[in-house]
Amino acid sequence: MNNVFVYCEIEGTTVADVSLELLTKGRKLANQLGCQLEAITAGTGLTGIEKQVLPYGVDKLHVFDAPGLFPYTSLPHTSILVNLFKEEKPQICLMGATVIGRDLGPRVSSALTSGLTADCTQLEIGSHEDKKNSITYENLLYQIRPAFGGNIVATIVNPEHRPQMATVREGVMKKEILDENYKGEVVSHDVAKFVPETDYVVKVIDRHVEKAKHNLKGAPIVIAGGYGMGSKEGFDKLFELAKELHAEVGASRAAVDAGYADHDRQIGQTGVTVRPKLYIACGISGQIQHIAGMQDAGIIISVNNDPNAPINAIADYVINGTVEEVVPKLIKYYKKNSK
Amino acid sequence: MSLKIVVLAKQVPDTRNVGKDAMNADGTINRAALPAIFNPEDLNALEQALRLKDTHPGSTVTILTMGPGRAAEIIREGLYRGADNGYLLTDRAFAGADTLATSYAIATAIRKIGEYDLIIGGRQAIDGDTAQVGPQVAEKLGLSQITYTEDILNVDETARRITVKRHIDGGVETVEGPLPIVLTVNGSAAPCRPRNAKLLQKYKRALGAQEKAAITKEGAELPYAELYEKFPYLNITEWNVADVEGDTKQCGLSGSPTKVKKIENIVFQAKESKTLTGSDHDIEDLIVELLANHTIG
Repeated sequence: MNNVFVYCEIEGTTVADVSLELLTKGRKLANQLGCQLEAITAGTGLTGIEKQVLPYGVDKLHVFDAPGLFPYTSLPHTSILVNLFKEEKPQICLMGATVIGRDLGPRVSSALTSGLTADCTQLEIGSHEDKKNSITYENLLYQIRPAFGGNIVATIVNPEHRPQMATVREGVMKKEILDENYKGEVVSHDVAKFVPETDYVVKVIDRHVEKAKHNLKGAPIVIAGGYGMGSKEGFDKLFELAKELHAEVGASRAAVDAGYADHDRQIGQTGVTVRPKLYIACGISGQIQHIAGMQDAGIIISVNNDPNAPINAIADYVINGTVEEVVPKLIKYYKKNSK
Repeated sequence: MSLKIVVLAKQVPDTRNVGKDAMNADGTINRAALPAIFNPEDLNALEQALRLKDTHPGSTVTILTMGPGRAAEIIREGLYRGADNGYLLTDRAFAGADTLATSYAIATAIRKIGEYDLIIGGRQAIDGDTAQVGPQVAEKLGLSQITYTEDILNVDETARRITVKRHIDGGVETVEGPLPIVLTVNGSAAPCRPRNAKLLQKYKRALGAQEKAAITKEGAELPYAELYEKFPYLNITEWNVADVEGDTKQCGLSGSPTKVKKIENIVFQAKESKTLTGSDHDIEDLIVELLANHTIG
């Protein structure tokens, strides 16, 4: 009772990376709170799924295995979580800020009238003082996220309502196997006791999941363009540089909104989080929501004609110059010196 | 055969292009410096509704928004583009709501509207980026939901089924669900059609009660006052908590499980950095340095 729960998202019979990342975070939170870490998997044909989950330090895995639970649809998975949580009364529930997590989380939170914070970039445990009512709450989950278009960072707490729910994007937390042979309990539930037949009302007729067109997340070098690139053609120069450096091209939200780059290349709180060894920011001013997605890069180079661009404050190298001038020179001198 | 469609729309500060004056020195938001706009994905949602109206003659599109008196602008904007009517949910009791309290208020208003086949909203609003209100409204009304909609492929009114193409992580899915249903629409869906010149003429003087009160509070006469009696559609309907029979305990701040503990306007910790110019000499030195320490190459 009152444990930390992680909803594990499943594609086919594979647990999503984001869920494994949250198991690692959940383990740390459970240690701090002195409680257990429990996980939930729901899908079809999940025999042996515990091998993917328990090594992350999961004390109890709830398995819901039935036809109709994969592909994901909203109502059956909601019923599983709502009915399980009514019994188990978790204090914290984490899920990925994915299409599935962002479909499921709000529905569950509404059914349980518990609070939910989307797209958290940090999760911590701490106390909270309600000055008005002179109540101090201990061991609350601090749900920390950029807000208001990334111009502020807010810390959200749910003092009274349980579970405290939060979603986190893929790549924000680090996944780490705790112990390959970690001993955890596996509970196989009777799905029919949790999900009424009427929940299977939305049917998935057709489904195409493609391998990602690029490997932005895993690229050792990322070259990112912002609104300052000025156009889609401006981005062509970045692709040229990326080809030379064997890098991937990312973009700020402003550049994506302006149509200079595809949405799946967006880096930041509402896009992809990257941790490359080298990050070259071209014409990016550096809103918090962008910084949230790249601040752990090893070396950061900022190319900007505004010496006061906020991103310069976290850059290792600041090049004061226009992207039109600097990017071709980077290509030229790389070609000249790399051979 | 026709459909009753409710479109959920929100007036939001334009957070996408925030200038330096958007933040006050104390770290709070200077709302006056941010223009109020129609939430972008709600416009995508409106377009999906209007397309259904085009293909299912006799259908009605109703805009539902929540906000202060000036949010009547959202309803006017919807009318200009082809919506039939709208309701502004407005009350101090709604202020300070998190997503749960917001969805409670919206769900009560939808119950008040009464008849609906489809409730369509944007995936998320750009001031919070939470994507929570749509699914929470669906849950509160006991309806199914399809989020991340890119295109409504078909509505079969006889079978009461809808077929939708939706975005999923790394791909697309075609799903079929029952009516009534809640849809949230992704920004990758078709953009909204522009304002219609005839509708602009028809509705340009439409006002909500609070807007009228703001005009007349200094003792000024309401311009074209006679029009509002002659053409009832120029009066934008406002609803307060009592009108929708809402429970104030579930609204606004008191109905919100989440509390904001702290807000900070982050000051980045500066690390030691080298500042270079764009000169050939500086760029070449940098490349040579990065090659030498194996950062690149």
